[in-house]
Amino acid sequence: MTIEFFAGRYPYILIAVLLGIGLYGMTMKRNLLKKIIGMTIFQTAIYLFFIQGANKSGATIPVFTEELGTEPTAYMNPLPQVIVLTAIVVGVAITGVALSLLLLTYKRYGSLDEEVILQRMRESA
Amino acid sequence: MSQIPALIPTLLLLAALLSLLAGLRSQRAGHIIALAGGVASFVVAVLGMLEVVSSGQAIRYAMGGWIPPIGIEFVLDHLAAYMTTLITFIGVVVLVYAPRSIRFESPGKATFTYPSIALLLAGLSGMTLTGDVFNLYVFLEIAALAAYALLAIGDKGGPFATFRYLIIGAAGGGFYLLGVGFLYFSAGTLNMADLSAILPELMENRAVMTAAALMVIGLGLKMALFPMHFWMPDVYTNAPSVAASVIAPIMTKVSAYAIIRLFLDVFPQGFFTETLPITATIGWLSAGGILYGSILAIGQQDFRRMLAYSSVGQIAYVGLGIGLANPIGLIGGLLHIVNHALMKGLLFLISGAVRLQTGVTRIPEMKGLGKSMPWTMYAFAIAALAMVGIPPTAGFFSKLYLLIGAVEAGAWIWFAVIIASSLLSAVYFFRVTEMIFRDPGSDPAETAKEEGGEKEHTTPEHPAGEPPASMFIPIAIMAAGVILVGVFNFVIISALLERVVAPLGG
Repeated sequence: MTIEFFAGRYPYILIAVLLGIGLYGMTMKRNLLKKIIGMTIFQTAIYLFFIQGANKSGATIPVFTEELGTEPTAYMNPLPQVIVLTAIVVGVAITGVALSLLLLTYKRYGSLDEEVILQRMRESA
Repeated sequence: MSQIPALIPTLLLLAALLSLLAGLRSQRAGHIIALAGGVASFVVAVLGMLEVVSSGQAIRYAMGGWIPPIGIEFVLDHLAAYMTTLITFIGVVVLVYAPRSIRFESPGKATFTYPSIALLLAGLSGMTLTGDVFNLYVFLEIAALAAYALLAIGDKGGPFATFRYLIIGAAGGGFYLLGVGFLYFSAGTLNMADLSAILPELMENRAVMTAAALMVIGLGLKMALFPMHFWMPDVYTNAPSVAASVIAPIMTKVSAYAIIRLFLDVFPQGFFTETLPITATIGWLSAGGILYGSILAIGQQDFRRMLAYSSVGQIAYVGLGIGLANPIGLIGGLLHIVNHALMKGLLFLISGAVRLQTGVTRIPEMKGLGKSMPWTMYAFAIAALAMVGIPPTAGFFSKLYLLIGAVEAGAWIWFAVIIASSLLSAVYFFRVTEMIFRDPGSDPAETAKEEGGEKEHTTPEHPAGEPPASMFIPIAIMAAGVILVGVFNFVIISALLERVVAPLGG
């Protein structure tokens, strides 16, 4: 029972673990760069969720061919993959902005450690 | 006329692009283009609203000619018309106000401010207009990215506060996207109208329940729903006045709008109230947020920080309207979106004007401003009265409808919370008002020296006096808006909002 449960669902369990690691990194890590890494893992887990959800064994790319005809089970669903492409673009933009904010913060406070930055903010205020 | 839904965000996107290109040559040209885009989209939004009200029909536009549910459609219905008009109006007012303030507070950053504002407005109006749950995510992140850029050009602590906001925002967007995934894999469509036809058959489906929960958590993070509000005070305190006065009024409200849209138009009736206790949860969290925000606002010394805590409380009124989930309560919540946008926008505009004229941002240093800039301070008094909820200002009516809604629902604790928070608002606003209209015993500049720090930021450009016309006119328009929306609130309700809450059966 338990083995069957895991065997059928292991990609989703893996995705859940990745989501957890990502969220942990974003919220618990003090280093700002590690927060960005956590954010990237979190986003990647979401992309994997879409890809796994759309996965269909025995199907081919969604380009019409004569021999397969209009049989829907013979083709992959392209929509989740398009969603993932869009989400990757959004994710890259967010990471870019996050890195530039990180650079600005580092230039001003000389540290990437959240606690140290807060300390220096209080000192300069 | 059918192009109106697509035209509003497109005009703003175009303005953002052209404004950046022109702005690299001449700041002035960049500003004029962004402003022209804002005005054009405001005019289109008003035309669209009139069309929707007179015909009683939503205007639908299929993007790229792809017929929904295969393609993405943009829908201008009563609720979307209400929101886009508000968004573009605030945008125009802030764009008029922006140049003087931004040149003083963040010199050299003006070129990038105007395109960012246009992009923010494009993202927010796209969120309200789209009829596709994934497209909503894309516009959500467009708006968020523009907001990060705007907020980070602020004071010294700006980038760090914005970084923390970005992490929270990314988590919020991620949860929402995950919810969209669950929804798509169970219902097989992303179109809102299509979803509302399919979902009633899936009422007991656990994947759909997970989807609803994840989407609301994601939007709740973006909306700063208590206790997910913790990023807000730091961000608003360090933001340039221009960014705060465009982001504070509308950004969190549009996320609240997205929750209302899911609640009313996407998920089947009873799903958010009975199948999953989402509205009740939002209501209780909001009740906590109202008290928390109002109490913390009392102790703040920085004017902008006080406004930020007050925003935590005020956005929760909208959440309370969702929580009541009866027509009159939700009308109160929806009306509070516009009311609070006008009041809080006005207050942040005033804080920017005060900063430009005197360099003051802390409440104890605001002593005697009633003498030196009396008209601006009258506008402040109007905003303060509205925040407390004194008739005939706008703030009174939304609280009145919320109270009636609470009575109808028999939610006496929420009733008490609304009353208590009005009293608390009175405490923190009268504290400021008293300081402003008190006789200037000591010169504000002297107090600033005693406090020490932030000298380079607080050097006044002018000796105290009324702000320049480009800043005072927006303040006056917003102050007039606070009173007019209050007096004519029944027009808004009968023309737009009654239709919006019709699904609840009112």
